[in-house]
Amino acid sequence: MNKNTVVEAKKLTKSFRDFTAVKGIDFSVAAGECFGILGPNGAGKTTTVRMVSCFMPATEGRLEVFNLPVNNFPRQIKARLGVCPQEDNLDPDLNVLQNLLVYARYFDINRKEALKRTEEILDFIGLASKKRSAIEELSGGMKRRLVFGRSLLNRPDLLILDEPTSGLDPQGRHQVWEYVAELKTSGKTFLLTTHYMEEAAQLCDRLIIMDEGKIVTEGSPAELIKKLVGRNVIEVSGYRKDLEPFLKEKNALYEKTPSRIIIFSKDSEHFFSEISQKFCDAVCNLRMANLEDVFLKLTGRDLKE
Amino acid sequence: MITAITQNVSWRCLRVWQRNATVYLKTWQVNFLPPLLEPMFFLFAFGFGLGQLLKTVSYNGTEISYLAFIAPGIISTVIMNYAFFETTFASFVRMYFQKTFDAILATPLLVEDVVTGELLWGATKAMLASCLMIIFVSFFGLLKYPSALWIIPVSFVSGLLFASIGMIFTGMVRQIEQFNFPFFLFITPMFLFSGVFFPISAMPGWVQKIALILPLTHLVIVIRQLAMNQISPFFFVSLGVLLTLTAVCFILSLVMMKKRLVK
Repeated sequence: MNKNTVVEAKKLTKSFRDFTAVKGIDFSVAAGECFGILGPNGAGKTTTVRMVSCFMPATEGRLEVFNLPVNNFPRQIKARLGVCPQEDNLDPDLNVLQNLLVYARYFDINRKEALKRTEEILDFIGLASKKRSAIEELSGGMKRRLVFGRSLLNRPDLLILDEPTSGLDPQGRHQVWEYVAELKTSGKTFLLTTHYMEEAAQLCDRLIIMDEGKIVTEGSPAELIKKLVGRNVIEVSGYRKDLEPFLKEKNALYEKTPSRIIIFSKDSEHFFSEISQKFCDAVCNLRMANLEDVFLKLTGRDLKE
Repeated sequence: MITAITQNVSWRCLRVWQRNATVYLKTWQVNFLPPLLEPMFFLFAFGFGLGQLLKTVSYNGTEISYLAFIAPGIISTVIMNYAFFETTFASFVRMYFQKTFDAILATPLLVEDVVTGELLWGATKAMLASCLMIIFVSFFGLLKYPSALWIIPVSFVSGLLFASIGMIFTGMVRQIEQFNFPFFLFITPMFLFSGVFFPISAMPGWVQKIALILPLTHLVIVIRQLAMNQISPFFFVSLGVLLTLTAVCFILSLVMMKKRLVK
Protein backbone atom coordinates (compact mmCIF):
# COMPACT_ATOMS: atom_id res chain seq x y z
CA MET A 1 0.00 0.00 0.00
CA ASN A 2 1.23 3.40 -0.98
CA LYS A 3 2.19 5.86 1.72
CA ASN A 4 -0.01 8.46 0.07
CA THR A 5 -3.05 6.25 0.12
CA VAL A 6 -5.60 7.34 2.69
CA VAL A 7 -8.29 4.72 2.08
CA GLU A 8 -7.78 1.35 0.50
CA ALA A 9 -10.62 -1.12 -0.03
CA LYS A 10 -10.17 -4.57 -1.50
CA LYS A 11 -13.10 -6.86 -2.25
CA LEU A 12 -15.06 -4.89 0.32
CA THR A 13 -18.41 -6.58 1.00
CA LYS A 14 -21.24 -5.81 3.36
CA SER A 15 -24.14 -8.17 3.83
CA PHE A 16 -27.11 -7.67 6.07
CA ARG A 17 -29.47 -10.41 7.09
CA ASP A 18 -31.55 -10.32 3.95
CA PHE A 19 -29.47 -8.51 1.33
CA THR A 20 -25.96 -7.56 0.27
CA ALA A 21 -25.49 -3.80 0.11
CA VAL A 22 -21.88 -3.73 -1.10
CA LYS A 23 -20.62 -6.49 -3.32
CA GLY A 24 -16.85 -6.81 -3.31
CA ILE A 25 -15.71 -3.36 -4.39
CA ASP A 26 -12.11 -2.18 -4.84
CA PHE A 27 -11.14 1.46 -4.61
CA SER A 28 -8.52 3.69 -3.09
CA VAL A 29 -8.38 7.32 -2.13
CA ALA A 30 -5.09 9.22 -2.42
CA ALA A 31 -3.99 11.95 -0.01
CA GLY A 32 -5.16 15.39 -1.01
CA GLU A 33 -7.79 14.32 -3.48
CA CYS A 34 -11.54 14.62 -3.43
CA PHE A 35 -12.91 11.21 -4.15
CA GLY A 36 -16.58 10.84 -4.99
CA ILE A 37 -18.95 7.92 -4.68
CA LEU A 38 -21.96 8.41 -6.91
CA GLY A 39 -24.95 6.22 -7.35
CA PRO A 40 -28.70 6.13 -7.22
CA ASN A 41 -30.50 5.59 -3.91
CA GLY A 42 -29.72 2.15 -2.54
CA ALA A 43 -26.51 1.77 -4.52
CA GLY A 44 -24.44 1.13 -1.39
CA LYS A 45 -22.78 4.56 -1.09
CA THR A 46 -23.72 5.22 2.51
CA THR A 47 -22.94 1.66 3.57
CA THR A 48 -19.49 2.09 2.05
CA VAL A 49 -18.72 5.34 3.84
CA ARG A 50 -20.13 3.95 7.07
CA MET A 51 -17.61 1.15 6.88
CA VAL A 52 -14.81 3.64 6.21
CA SER A 53 -15.97 5.68 9.22
CA CYS A 54 -15.72 2.54 11.42
CA PHE A 55 -19.48 2.55 12.06
CA MET A 56 -20.03 -0.96 10.85
CA PRO A 57 -17.67 -3.85 10.23
CA ALA A 58 -17.21 -5.24 6.74
CA THR A 59 -18.59 -8.72 6.12
CA GLU A 60 -15.70 -9.60 3.86
CA GLY A 61 -12.70 -8.02 2.23
CA ARG A 62 -10.03 -5.66 3.47
CA LEU A 63 -10.43 -2.04 4.41
CA GLU A 64 -7.61 0.19 5.57
CA VAL A 65 -7.76 3.85 6.49
CA PHE A 66 -4.48 5.73 7.10
CA ASN A 67 -2.80 2.35 6.51
CA LEU A 68 -4.59 0.90 9.55
CA PRO A 69 -7.13 -1.92 9.32
CA VAL A 70 -10.50 -0.53 10.44
CA ASN A 71 -11.39 -3.55 12.54
CA ASN A 72 -8.37 -3.26 14.79
CA PHE A 73 -7.83 0.48 15.09
CA PRO A 74 -11.21 2.21 15.10
CA ARG A 75 -10.25 4.71 17.82
CA GLN A 76 -7.01 5.76 16.13
CA ILE A 77 -8.73 6.10 12.77
CA LYS A 78 -11.76 7.96 14.07
CA ALA A 79 -9.52 10.44 15.90
CA ARG A 80 -8.32 11.61 12.46
CA LEU A 81 -11.66 11.55 10.64
CA GLY A 82 -14.22 14.28 10.20
CA VAL A 83 -17.62 12.76 9.56
CA CYS A 84 -20.53 14.68 8.15
CA PRO A 85 -23.49 12.29 8.15
CA GLN A 86 -26.53 12.38 5.96
CA GLU A 87 -28.89 13.00 8.87
CA ASP A 88 -28.29 15.98 11.11
CA ASN A 89 -27.35 14.57 14.47
CA LEU A 90 -26.63 17.75 16.35
CA ASP A 91 -27.32 17.56 20.06
CA PRO A 92 -30.71 19.26 20.57
CA ASP A 93 -30.11 19.39 24.32
CA LEU A 94 -27.24 21.83 23.81
CA ASN A 95 -26.89 25.20 22.09
CA VAL A 96 -24.65 25.90 19.09
CA LEU A 97 -21.52 26.70 21.09
CA GLN A 98 -22.03 23.81 23.52
CA ASN A 99 -22.54 21.43 20.63
CA LEU A 100 -19.02 22.19 19.46
CA LEU A 101 -17.44 22.30 22.91
CA VAL A 102 -18.97 19.00 24.03
CA TYR A 103 -17.98 17.40 20.73
CA ALA A 104 -14.41 18.64 21.19
CA ARG A 105 -14.33 16.79 24.53
CA TYR A 106 -14.93 13.48 22.78
CA PHE A 107 -11.64 14.13 20.96
CA ASP A 108 -9.84 15.11 24.18
CA ILE A 109 -9.27 18.65 22.98
CA ASN A 110 -8.66 20.75 26.08
CA ARG A 111 -11.06 23.55 26.84
CA LYS A 112 -8.77 26.43 25.89
CA GLU A 113 -7.94 24.91 22.53
CA ALA A 114 -11.57 23.92 22.00
CA LEU A 115 -12.72 27.50 22.57
CA LYS A 116 -10.16 28.74 20.07
CA ARG A 117 -11.14 26.23 17.40
CA THR A 118 -14.81 26.81 18.04
CA GLU A 119 -14.42 30.54 17.37
CA GLU A 120 -12.54 29.82 14.14
CA ILE A 121 -15.13 27.34 12.98
CA LEU A 122 -18.11 29.53 13.80
CA ASP A 123 -16.52 32.32 11.78
CA PHE A 124 -15.75 29.98 8.91
CA ILE A 125 -19.32 28.67 8.67
CA GLY A 126 -20.85 32.08 9.36
CA LEU A 127 -22.64 31.15 12.58
CA ALA A 128 -20.71 33.34 15.02
CA SER A 129 -23.84 35.36 15.73
CA LYS A 130 -25.83 32.20 16.50
CA LYS A 131 -23.51 30.97 19.23
CA ARG A 132 -26.16 30.95 21.95
CA SER A 133 -29.01 29.76 19.77
CA ALA A 134 -30.78 26.50 20.42
CA ILE A 135 -30.43 23.95 17.64
CA GLU A 136 -34.15 23.99 16.90
CA GLU A 137 -33.95 27.72 16.14
CA LEU A 138 -31.55 27.09 13.25
CA SER A 139 -32.69 26.72 9.66
CA GLY A 140 -31.98 23.52 7.77
CA GLY A 141 -29.04 25.15 6.01
CA MET A 142 -27.53 26.43 9.26
CA LYS A 143 -27.80 22.98 10.83
CA ARG A 144 -26.02 21.46 7.87
CA ARG A 145 -23.26 24.06 8.13
CA LEU A 146 -22.92 23.39 11.84
CA VAL A 147 -22.61 19.64 11.26
CA PHE A 148 -19.96 20.44 8.68
CA GLY A 149 -18.16 22.76 11.06
CA ARG A 150 -18.35 20.20 13.84
CA SER A 151 -16.56 17.67 11.63
CA LEU A 152 -13.59 20.07 11.44
CA LEU A 153 -13.05 20.29 15.22
CA ASN A 154 -10.38 17.60 15.41
CA ARG A 155 -8.57 19.03 12.35
CA PRO A 156 -9.17 15.79 10.46
CA ASP A 157 -6.93 14.41 7.73
CA LEU A 158 -9.87 12.82 5.95
CA LEU A 159 -13.31 14.36 5.70
CA ILE A 160 -16.18 12.04 4.97
CA LEU A 161 -19.20 13.87 3.59
CA ASP A 162 -22.29 11.75 3.07
CA GLU A 163 -24.61 13.70 0.78
CA PRO A 164 -23.52 16.99 2.30
CA THR A 165 -25.90 19.17 0.30
CA SER A 166 -29.06 17.09 0.07
CA GLY A 167 -32.00 19.22 1.13
CA LEU A 168 -30.12 22.51 0.85
CA ASP A 169 -31.20 25.48 -1.22
CA PRO A 170 -28.89 26.62 -4.05
CA GLN A 171 -27.19 29.18 -1.82
CA GLY A 172 -26.54 26.62 0.85
CA ARG A 173 -25.24 24.14 -1.66
CA HIS A 174 -22.81 26.62 -3.19
CA GLN A 175 -21.68 27.60 0.27
CA VAL A 176 -20.74 24.00 1.09
CA TRP A 177 -18.91 23.71 -2.21
CA GLU A 178 -16.96 26.82 -1.34
CA TYR A 179 -15.98 25.32 2.02
CA VAL A 180 -14.81 22.13 0.40
CA ALA A 181 -12.83 24.02 -2.26
CA GLU A 182 -11.21 26.14 0.42
CA LEU A 183 -10.29 23.17 2.58
CA LYS A 184 -8.96 21.30 -0.41
CA THR A 185 -6.35 23.96 -0.98
CA SER A 186 -5.12 23.29 2.55
CA GLY A 187 -4.43 19.70 1.54
CA LYS A 188 -7.33 17.81 3.15
CA THR A 189 -8.58 14.61 1.64
CA PHE A 190 -12.29 14.16 0.95
CA LEU A 191 -14.51 11.17 0.54
CA LEU A 192 -17.87 12.36 -0.69
CA THR A 193 -21.10 10.70 -1.66
CA THR A 194 -23.69 12.50 -3.67
CA HIS A 195 -26.35 12.05 -6.24
CA TYR A 196 -25.98 15.56 -7.58
CA MET A 197 -23.92 15.26 -10.70
CA GLU A 198 -23.13 18.94 -10.79
CA GLU A 199 -21.67 18.64 -7.31
CA ALA A 200 -19.52 15.68 -8.26
CA ALA A 201 -18.32 17.40 -11.45
CA GLN A 202 -17.41 20.51 -9.47
CA LEU A 203 -15.69 18.91 -6.52
CA CYS A 204 -14.35 15.48 -7.34
CA ASP A 205 -10.95 14.77 -8.78
CA ARG A 206 -11.86 11.16 -9.17
CA LEU A 207 -15.05 9.23 -8.66
CA ILE A 208 -16.69 5.87 -8.84
CA ILE A 209 -20.26 5.27 -9.88
CA MET A 210 -21.95 2.52 -7.91
CA ASP A 211 -25.11 0.66 -8.74
CA GLU A 212 -26.63 -2.22 -6.79
CA GLY A 213 -23.56 -2.61 -4.63
CA LYS A 214 -21.02 -2.72 -7.42
CA ILE A 215 -18.72 -0.21 -9.06
CA VAL A 216 -19.84 0.38 -12.64
CA THR A 217 -17.14 2.84 -13.63
CA GLU A 218 -14.24 4.84 -12.29
CA GLY A 219 -12.30 7.92 -13.41
CA SER A 220 -12.21 11.70 -13.38
CA PRO A 221 -15.46 13.45 -14.32
CA ALA A 222 -14.04 14.74 -17.64
CA GLU A 223 -12.58 11.35 -18.51
CA LEU A 224 -15.84 9.57 -17.85
CA ILE A 225 -17.86 11.98 -19.95
CA LYS A 226 -15.44 11.70 -22.84
CA LYS A 227 -15.17 7.94 -22.61
CA LEU A 228 -18.81 7.11 -22.10
CA VAL A 229 -20.94 9.70 -23.84
CA GLY A 230 -18.69 11.84 -25.99
CA ARG A 231 -18.42 15.58 -26.10
CA ASN A 232 -21.95 16.60 -26.95
CA VAL A 233 -25.47 15.36 -26.55
CA ILE A 234 -28.48 16.01 -28.73
CA GLU A 235 -31.82 15.97 -27.00
CA VAL A 236 -34.92 15.75 -29.16
CA SER A 237 -38.42 15.95 -27.83
CA GLY A 238 -41.39 15.66 -30.12
CA TYR A 239 -39.46 13.65 -32.69
CA ARG A 240 -40.81 12.17 -35.87
CA LYS A 241 -41.24 8.45 -36.17
CA ASP A 242 -38.54 8.09 -38.79
CA LEU A 243 -35.82 9.45 -36.48
CA GLU A 244 -35.17 6.08 -34.91
CA PRO A 245 -34.60 4.20 -38.17
CA PHE A 246 -32.36 7.05 -39.25
CA LEU A 247 -30.25 6.74 -36.09
CA LYS A 248 -30.04 3.00 -36.48
CA GLU A 249 -28.86 3.41 -40.02
CA LYS A 250 -26.19 5.89 -38.91
CA ASN A 251 -25.17 3.52 -36.11
CA ALA A 252 -25.58 6.29 -33.56
CA LEU A 253 -25.67 5.68 -29.81
CA TYR A 254 -28.94 6.86 -28.41
CA GLU A 255 -31.39 6.38 -25.61
CA LYS A 256 -35.14 6.59 -25.81
CA THR A 257 -37.48 7.74 -23.09
CA PRO A 258 -41.26 8.06 -23.47
CA SER A 259 -40.96 11.72 -24.45
CA ARG A 260 -37.43 12.21 -25.72
CA ILE A 261 -34.56 10.76 -27.65
CA ILE A 262 -31.07 11.45 -26.36
CA ILE A 263 -28.28 10.99 -28.86
CA PHE A 264 -24.63 10.64 -27.91
CA SER A 265 -22.46 11.60 -30.79
CA LYS A 266 -18.84 12.47 -31.43
CA ASP A 267 -19.36 14.56 -34.57
CA SER A 268 -22.41 16.31 -33.37
CA GLU A 269 -22.68 19.70 -35.09
CA HIS A 270 -23.25 18.23 -38.48
CA PHE A 271 -25.50 15.55 -37.18
CA PHE A 272 -27.46 18.07 -35.18
CA SER A 273 -28.36 20.29 -38.11
CA GLU A 274 -29.54 17.28 -40.04
CA ILE A 275 -31.72 16.02 -37.22
CA SER A 276 -33.15 19.39 -36.30
CA GLN A 277 -34.16 20.05 -39.90
CA LYS A 278 -35.51 16.67 -40.86
CA PHE A 279 -36.79 14.92 -37.76
CA CYS A 280 -37.74 17.40 -35.14
CA ASP A 281 -41.13 19.04 -34.66
CA ALA A 282 -40.74 20.60 -31.24
CA VAL A 283 -37.52 21.10 -29.29
CA CYS A 284 -34.15 19.93 -30.40
CA ASN A 285 -31.09 20.84 -28.32
CA LEU A 286 -27.41 20.43 -28.75
CA ARG A 287 -25.56 20.69 -25.47
CA MET A 288 -22.33 19.69 -23.75
CA ALA A 289 -22.36 16.21 -22.38
CA ASN A 290 -22.31 16.11 -18.60
CA LEU A 291 -21.89 13.69 -15.77
CA GLU A 292 -25.62 13.21 -15.49
CA ASP A 293 -25.61 11.66 -18.96
CA VAL A 294 -22.90 9.26 -17.83
CA PHE A 295 -24.81 8.48 -14.69
CA LEU A 296 -28.12 7.81 -16.36
CA LYS A 297 -26.50 5.82 -19.10
CA LEU A 298 -24.78 3.54 -16.62
CA THR A 299 -27.41 3.21 -13.94
CA GLY A 300 -30.50 3.38 -16.10
CA ARG A 301 -33.49 5.64 -15.98
CA ASP A 302 -35.77 3.43 -13.91
CA LEU A 303 -36.56 4.49 -10.39
CA LYS A 304 -34.45 2.55 -7.97
CA GLU A 305 -36.77 2.30 -5.02
CA MET B 1 -15.35 -14.50 26.47
CA ILE B 2 -16.28 -11.88 29.03
CA THR B 3 -13.10 -9.90 28.37
CA ALA B 4 -13.97 -9.93 24.67
CA ILE B 5 -17.12 -8.05 25.60
CA THR B 6 -15.64 -5.64 28.11
CA GLN B 7 -12.25 -4.93 26.51
CA ASN B 8 -13.64 -2.03 24.48
CA VAL B 9 -14.80 -0.18 27.58
CA SER B 10 -12.38 2.66 28.26
CA TRP B 11 -12.11 5.77 30.41
CA ARG B 12 -13.58 7.61 27.44
CA CYS B 13 -17.02 6.51 28.68
CA LEU B 14 -16.65 9.40 31.13
CA ARG B 15 -17.01 11.77 28.16
CA VAL B 16 -20.57 10.50 27.73
CA TRP B 17 -21.18 10.91 31.44
CA GLN B 18 -19.84 14.46 31.13
CA ARG B 19 -22.11 15.19 28.18
CA ASN B 20 -25.16 14.13 30.16
CA ALA B 21 -23.99 16.12 33.17
CA THR B 22 -23.57 19.25 31.01
CA VAL B 23 -27.10 18.90 29.69
CA TYR B 24 -28.41 18.13 33.13
CA LEU B 25 -26.90 21.17 34.79
CA LYS B 26 -28.95 23.32 32.40
CA THR B 27 -32.28 21.92 33.51
CA TRP B 28 -31.83 20.16 36.85
CA GLN B 29 -34.46 22.26 38.61
CA VAL B 30 -37.24 20.92 36.41
CA ASN B 31 -35.78 17.46 35.91
CA PHE B 32 -34.54 16.37 39.24
CA LEU B 33 -36.76 17.59 42.02
CA PRO B 34 -40.32 16.85 40.85
CA PRO B 35 -39.77 13.07 40.64
CA LEU B 36 -38.58 13.18 44.26
CA LEU B 37 -41.93 14.51 45.38
CA GLU B 38 -43.59 11.20 44.60
CA PRO B 39 -41.60 9.09 47.08
CA MET B 40 -42.05 11.83 49.67
CA PHE B 41 -45.81 11.62 49.19
CA PHE B 42 -45.63 7.84 49.56
CA LEU B 43 -43.67 8.24 52.72
CA PHE B 44 -46.21 10.66 54.16
CA ALA B 45 -49.32 8.86 52.97
CA PHE B 46 -48.27 5.39 54.07
CA GLY B 47 -46.00 6.38 56.91
CA PHE B 48 -48.47 8.63 58.66
CA GLY B 49 -51.66 7.06 57.31
CA LEU B 50 -50.91 3.38 57.82
CA GLY B 51 -48.54 4.27 60.63
CA GLN B 52 -51.58 5.25 62.69
CA LEU B 53 -52.94 1.72 62.40
CA LEU B 54 -49.71 -0.21 62.64
CA LYS B 55 -47.65 1.80 65.12
CA THR B 56 -44.72 -0.67 65.09
CA VAL B 57 -43.46 -3.42 62.84
CA SER B 58 -41.33 -6.33 63.85
CA TYR B 59 -38.28 -6.71 61.65
CA ASN B 60 -35.62 -9.34 62.41
CA GLY B 61 -36.81 -9.37 65.99
CA THR B 62 -36.67 -5.60 66.45
CA GLU B 63 -39.71 -3.41 66.88
CA ILE B 64 -39.52 -0.24 64.78
CA SER B 65 -42.04 2.41 63.80
CA TYR B 66 -43.83 1.84 60.51
CA LEU B 67 -42.33 5.07 59.17
CA ALA B 68 -38.80 3.87 59.99
CA PHE B 69 -39.71 0.54 58.36
CA ILE B 70 -40.76 1.95 55.03
CA ALA B 71 -38.22 4.82 54.74
CA PRO B 72 -35.33 2.54 53.61
CA GLY B 73 -37.74 0.76 51.28
CA ILE B 74 -38.76 4.05 49.68
CA ILE B 75 -35.11 5.01 49.25
CA SER B 76 -34.60 1.69 47.43
CA THR B 77 -37.47 2.36 45.04
CA VAL B 78 -36.10 5.83 44.31
CA ILE B 79 -32.78 4.27 43.28
CA MET B 80 -34.57 1.74 41.09
CA ASN B 81 -36.85 4.30 39.43
CA TYR B 82 -34.21 6.92 38.71
CA ALA B 83 -31.72 4.47 37.23
CA PHE B 84 -34.29 2.49 35.26
CA PHE B 85 -35.99 5.56 33.84
CA GLU B 86 -32.68 7.08 32.78
CA THR B 87 -31.50 4.14 30.69
CA THR B 88 -34.91 3.32 29.24
CA PHE B 89 -36.83 6.45 28.20
CA ALA B 90 -33.99 8.95 28.44
CA SER B 91 -31.34 6.81 26.74
CA PHE B 92 -33.81 5.69 24.09
CA VAL B 93 -34.63 9.29 23.23
CA ARG B 94 -30.93 10.10 22.92
CA MET B 95 -30.25 7.02 20.83
CA TYR B 96 -33.33 6.86 18.61
CA PHE B 97 -34.80 10.32 18.25
CA GLN B 98 -31.82 12.60 18.80
CA LYS B 99 -29.17 10.37 17.14
CA THR B 100 -26.81 11.49 19.88
CA PHE B 101 -25.12 8.09 20.00
CA ASP B 102 -24.48 8.19 16.24
CA ALA B 103 -22.81 11.57 16.58
CA ILE B 104 -20.62 10.31 19.43
CA LEU B 105 -19.66 7.17 17.52
CA ALA B 106 -17.97 9.31 14.86
CA THR B 107 -15.38 10.26 17.49
CA PRO B 108 -12.77 8.02 19.17
CA LEU B 109 -15.48 6.53 21.42
CA LEU B 110 -16.82 3.03 20.79
CA VAL B 111 -20.30 1.63 21.43
CA GLU B 112 -19.08 0.12 24.71
CA ASP B 113 -17.94 3.54 25.93
CA VAL B 114 -21.27 5.11 25.06
CA VAL B 115 -23.27 2.40 26.83
CA THR B 116 -21.03 2.40 29.91
CA GLY B 117 -21.18 6.19 30.08
CA GLU B 118 -24.96 6.07 30.00
CA LEU B 119 -25.02 3.42 32.73
CA LEU B 120 -22.66 5.37 34.97
CA TRP B 121 -24.82 8.43 34.44
CA GLY B 122 -27.94 6.50 35.41
CA ALA B 123 -26.14 5.23 38.53
CA THR B 124 -25.01 8.76 39.37
CA LYS B 125 -28.52 10.14 39.13
CA ALA B 126 -29.82 7.30 41.28
CA MET B 127 -27.16 7.98 43.87
CA LEU B 128 -27.89 11.73 43.94
CA ALA B 129 -31.60 11.09 44.34
CA SER B 130 -30.88 8.60 47.09
CA CYS B 131 -28.70 11.16 48.89
CA LEU B 132 -31.49 13.71 48.83
CA MET B 133 -33.91 11.13 50.23
CA ILE B 134 -31.38 10.19 52.91
CA ILE B 135 -31.10 13.82 53.97
CA PHE B 136 -34.88 14.21 53.90
CA VAL B 137 -35.69 11.18 56.02
CA SER B 138 -32.84 11.96 58.39
CA PHE B 139 -34.78 15.03 59.50
CA PHE B 140 -37.29 12.60 60.98
CA GLY B 141 -34.55 10.59 62.65
CA LEU B 142 -35.36 7.51 60.61
CA LEU B 143 -31.77 6.43 59.91
CA LYS B 144 -29.04 5.23 62.26
CA TYR B 145 -25.64 6.78 61.67
CA PRO B 146 -22.87 6.11 60.79
CA SER B 147 -23.97 2.78 59.27
CA ALA B 148 -26.58 4.60 57.15
CA LEU B 149 -23.76 6.35 55.27
CA TRP B 150 -23.05 3.02 53.58
CA ILE B 151 -26.34 3.48 51.76
CA ILE B 152 -24.58 5.99 49.49
CA PRO B 153 -22.12 3.59 47.80
CA VAL B 154 -24.81 0.91 47.79
CA SER B 155 -27.01 3.40 45.89
CA PHE B 156 -24.39 3.80 43.19
CA VAL B 157 -23.82 0.08 42.69
CA SER B 158 -27.50 -0.79 42.73
CA GLY B 159 -28.12 2.21 40.50
CA LEU B 160 -25.71 0.59 38.06
CA LEU B 161 -27.69 -2.63 38.35
CA PHE B 162 -31.07 -1.07 37.54
CA ALA B 163 -29.49 1.11 34.85
CA SER B 164 -28.06 -2.04 33.25
CA ILE B 165 -31.43 -3.79 33.38
CA GLY B 166 -33.01 -0.73 31.76
CA MET B 167 -30.35 -0.71 29.07
CA ILE B 168 -31.02 -4.38 28.28
CA PHE B 169 -34.62 -3.39 27.49
CA THR B 170 -33.40 -0.40 25.47
CA GLY B 171 -31.40 -2.86 23.41
CA MET B 172 -34.60 -4.76 22.65
CA VAL B 173 -37.54 -2.40 22.20
CA ARG B 174 -38.52 -1.18 18.72
CA GLN B 175 -40.71 1.72 19.78
CA ILE B 176 -40.65 3.81 22.90
CA GLU B 177 -44.19 2.69 23.86
CA GLN B 178 -42.88 -0.83 24.40
CA PHE B 179 -41.24 0.31 27.62
CA ASN B 180 -44.70 -0.04 29.11
CA PHE B 181 -44.04 -3.77 29.36
CA PRO B 182 -41.02 -3.66 31.66
CA PHE B 183 -42.57 -0.84 33.67
CA PHE B 184 -45.86 -2.60 34.35
CA LEU B 185 -44.61 -6.17 34.42
CA PHE B 186 -41.32 -5.65 36.20
CA ILE B 187 -41.00 -2.32 37.98
CA THR B 188 -44.53 -2.08 39.40
CA PRO B 189 -44.58 -5.66 40.80
CA MET B 190 -41.19 -5.08 42.37
CA PHE B 191 -42.41 -1.87 43.91
CA LEU B 192 -45.28 -3.77 45.55
CA PHE B 193 -43.81 -7.19 46.37
CA SER B 194 -40.21 -6.55 47.41
CA GLY B 195 -40.82 -5.80 51.05
CA VAL B 196 -41.00 -2.04 50.70
CA PHE B 197 -44.36 -1.54 52.44
CA PHE B 198 -44.62 -4.76 54.45
CA PRO B 199 -42.24 -7.56 55.39
CA ILE B 200 -42.21 -10.26 52.71
CA SER B 201 -42.74 -12.77 55.50
CA ALA B 202 -46.34 -11.49 55.60
CA MET B 203 -47.01 -13.02 52.19
CA PRO B 204 -47.77 -16.64 51.21
CA GLY B 205 -44.73 -18.90 50.88
CA TRP B 206 -44.72 -19.06 47.09
CA VAL B 207 -44.88 -15.26 46.83
CA GLN B 208 -41.92 -15.06 49.18
CA LYS B 209 -39.96 -17.35 46.88
CA ILE B 210 -40.74 -15.16 43.89
CA ALA B 211 -39.83 -12.08 45.90
CA LEU B 212 -36.39 -13.54 46.54
CA ILE B 213 -35.55 -13.54 42.85
CA LEU B 214 -36.43 -9.86 42.48
CA PRO B 215 -33.40 -7.56 42.73
CA LEU B 216 -35.33 -4.87 44.60
CA THR B 217 -36.02 -7.33 47.46
CA HIS B 218 -32.31 -7.68 48.07
CA LEU B 219 -31.70 -3.95 47.80
CA VAL B 220 -34.45 -3.31 50.36
CA ILE B 221 -32.87 -5.85 52.73
CA VAL B 222 -29.42 -4.27 52.40
CA ILE B 223 -30.57 -0.68 52.78
CA ARG B 224 -32.99 -1.45 55.63
CA GLN B 225 -30.35 -3.24 57.66
CA LEU B 226 -27.88 -0.40 57.07
CA ALA B 227 -30.53 2.13 58.06
CA MET B 228 -31.28 0.21 61.28
CA ASN B 229 -27.64 -0.67 61.89
CA GLN B 230 -28.64 -4.30 62.37
CA ILE B 231 -26.66 -6.49 60.07
CA SER B 232 -27.93 -10.07 59.86
CA PRO B 233 -26.04 -12.85 58.04
CA PHE B 234 -28.58 -12.64 55.24
CA PHE B 235 -27.36 -9.08 54.58
CA PHE B 236 -24.24 -10.49 52.95
CA VAL B 237 -26.24 -12.91 50.84
CA SER B 238 -28.33 -10.04 49.51
CA LEU B 239 -25.28 -7.89 48.93
CA GLY B 240 -23.66 -10.76 47.03
CA VAL B 241 -26.78 -11.20 44.92
CA LEU B 242 -26.79 -7.49 44.08
CA LEU B 243 -23.12 -7.42 43.11
CA THR B 244 -23.40 -10.56 41.00
CA LEU B 245 -26.52 -9.31 39.23
CA THR B 246 -24.82 -5.98 38.57
CA ALA B 247 -21.88 -7.66 36.85
CA VAL B 248 -24.12 -9.99 34.84
CA CYS B 249 -26.57 -7.28 33.74
CA PHE B 250 -23.79 -4.86 32.87
CA ILE B 251 -22.23 -7.37 30.50
CA LEU B 252 -25.61 -8.35 29.10
CA SER B 253 -26.48 -4.71 28.42
CA LEU B 254 -23.23 -4.25 26.49
CA VAL B 255 -24.05 -7.30 24.39
CA MET B 256 -27.61 -6.20 23.69
CA MET B 257 -26.70 -2.64 22.79
CA LYS B 258 -23.81 -3.67 20.59
CA LYS B 259 -26.15 -5.98 18.76
CA ARG B 260 -28.58 -3.16 18.31
CA LEU B 261 -26.15 -0.41 17.29
CA VAL B 262 -23.52 -2.27 15.27
CA LYS B 263 -25.16 -3.88 12.29
